[in-house]
Amino acid sequence: MSYLTIKDLTVRLKNGVPLLRKVSLEVKSGEVRALVGESGAGKSMIGKAVLGILPRAAKLTGGEILLDGEDLLTLPPKARRAKIGAKVALIPQDPLTALNPSRRVGPQITDRLVDILGWKRKQAEDRAAELLDEVHIQSPERVMRSYPHELSGGMRQRILIASAFAAEPKLIIADEPTTALDVTVQKQILKLIREMQERHDTALLFVTHDLGVVSKISQSLTVLYAGMVIEETDVRTFFAEPGHAYSRALLAATPKYTDPDGSLMPVPDSIISQVEQQVAAFDAQLKR
Amino acid sequence: MSDLIYRVKDLKVSFPDLAHKPLFGAAPRTSVLKGLTFDVARGDVLGIVGGSGSGKSTLGRAMIRLLRPDSGSILFEGTEIAQLGEDDLRPLRKRFQMIFQDPMSSLNPRRRVGGIIAGPLRLQGFDDIPRRVDDALEMVGLPKSFSERYPHELSGGQRQRVGIARAIALKPDFILADEIVSGLDVSSQAQVLNLLEQLVRDLGLTLAFVSHDLSVIRRLCSRILVMHHGEIVENAATADLFANPQAEYTRTLLDAIPLPDPDQVWA
Repeated sequence: MSYLTIKDLTVRLKNGVPLLRKVSLEVKSGEVRALVGESGAGKSMIGKAVLGILPRAAKLTGGEILLDGEDLLTLPPKARRAKIGAKVALIPQDPLTALNPSRRVGPQITDRLVDILGWKRKQAEDRAAELLDEVHIQSPERVMRSYPHELSGGMRQRILIASAFAAEPKLIIADEPTTALDVTVQKQILKLIREMQERHDTALLFVTHDLGVVSKISQSLTVLYAGMVIEETDVRTFFAEPGHAYSRALLAATPKYTDPDGSLMPVPDSIISQVEQQVAAFDAQLKR
Repeated sequence: MSDLIYRVKDLKVSFPDLAHKPLFGAAPRTSVLKGLTFDVARGDVLGIVGGSGSGKSTLGRAMIRLLRPDSGSILFEGTEIAQLGEDDLRPLRKRFQMIFQDPMSSLNPRRRVGGIIAGPLRLQGFDDIPRRVDDALEMVGLPKSFSERYPHELSGGQRQRVGIARAIALKPDFILADEIVSGLDVSSQAQVLNLLEQLVRDLGLTLAFVSHDLSVIRRLCSRILVMHHGEIVENAATADLFANPQAEYTRTLLDAIPLPDPDQVWA
């Protein structure tokens, strides 16, 4: 039973230019689905649509977002926000801009629990300390009294992971959570996200452009181009036999130190024009 | 001797540790580069790898004298540049150039591409500037008409090409490229790397390429310095390093690279 189901989601700019073209996907509880694409493919936009934080210039013009069987888009705004707040969390890309630099870390984790879920402050603080311990932070009490600038990038990302899991969400959207980190820290963080996700049986939508990361974190993936789903498959099938020419090209562009000559190949123009045609044909079909 | 472009000996750099500065008096210093010694041969493409905070960018910046080292010697084509003042450095500046990590913040948003590339040429008193700008654009595979555009009108990959054009327009002997592809997505990353490979081949550039990604470095570089906590833990030819990594830390780095392969299991 899928926890998040997106059906025919269409998002357009105010002037009608489509950003997402009838995107459909599912994420089951306990499953990690990667959303892959180049910059501008609309992968972050899907996460934003689910969280209800689309930029002002973008407008959701069609489709359904079912969370646990309930369509978020038909709920009244207040009920929708309450539901998203209680069930969905975000692990953002840049841990430095996601934390308020002028506040200590502790309250930034507990605020959500106190404000949205109505926990007692003390109870929330205990939970935060417990979570920091779970993300392998030594001396949680000291860290909770620190300011973000006193901590390293890896530490900050651990804190955001802890705070994402704090309210036991059923769905987490991770928007390129390791792009700002170096490889050794990235490895720790990916392992940590996986470990936490398995322990809490959370559905995870993992946005990334790095197919190396995809192969480490997810069971299934959706490839996007220009806001359109190009391919949807499980990870093993994808890496053994990508179904779409664009997916194959993307895989060939991914750096692979074990195969220096067979990797890092730019996506050929012929394939770009092939997918562009596919997108144009799709748009034409929609107009009819 | 003459084919060495750089000889670096016992290079030390430290920064003031402002977090522990007393109310009065000088801040204590944190040592960032702890006595580095290495050579760079002409035509080499030197990869400098390491985790964040390992000192790899600091090393690059010291080599092109964007900062003054505490001690040690940097011989650039036989000239000692470690402690030179800005006036003495200026004539040398055209011989070593830099390409920056983030092309959006390193290109002036209010100037057109042509003006951006012409800037350093003008400062260094080159003649025939419009032709040099056109040549540089052509070498990085951008049409001449791009010189009329503003940086915000370009894609990430195109902006990075402008950064490269600005550096090669001066025909420098040495270019420092600091994490220049880490902000790009895979396809533009591959394009920019191919471009650099081609420029190295065609222009005989000597390049130092700072990166945390060993996959990228393997393709491009002939030698690799692995940095960890301000020290060089390994200095080897690329093929040797990948075939037989000597330092423990190099193995850790290699191990941490996520290969696009679901069968690679992380310990």
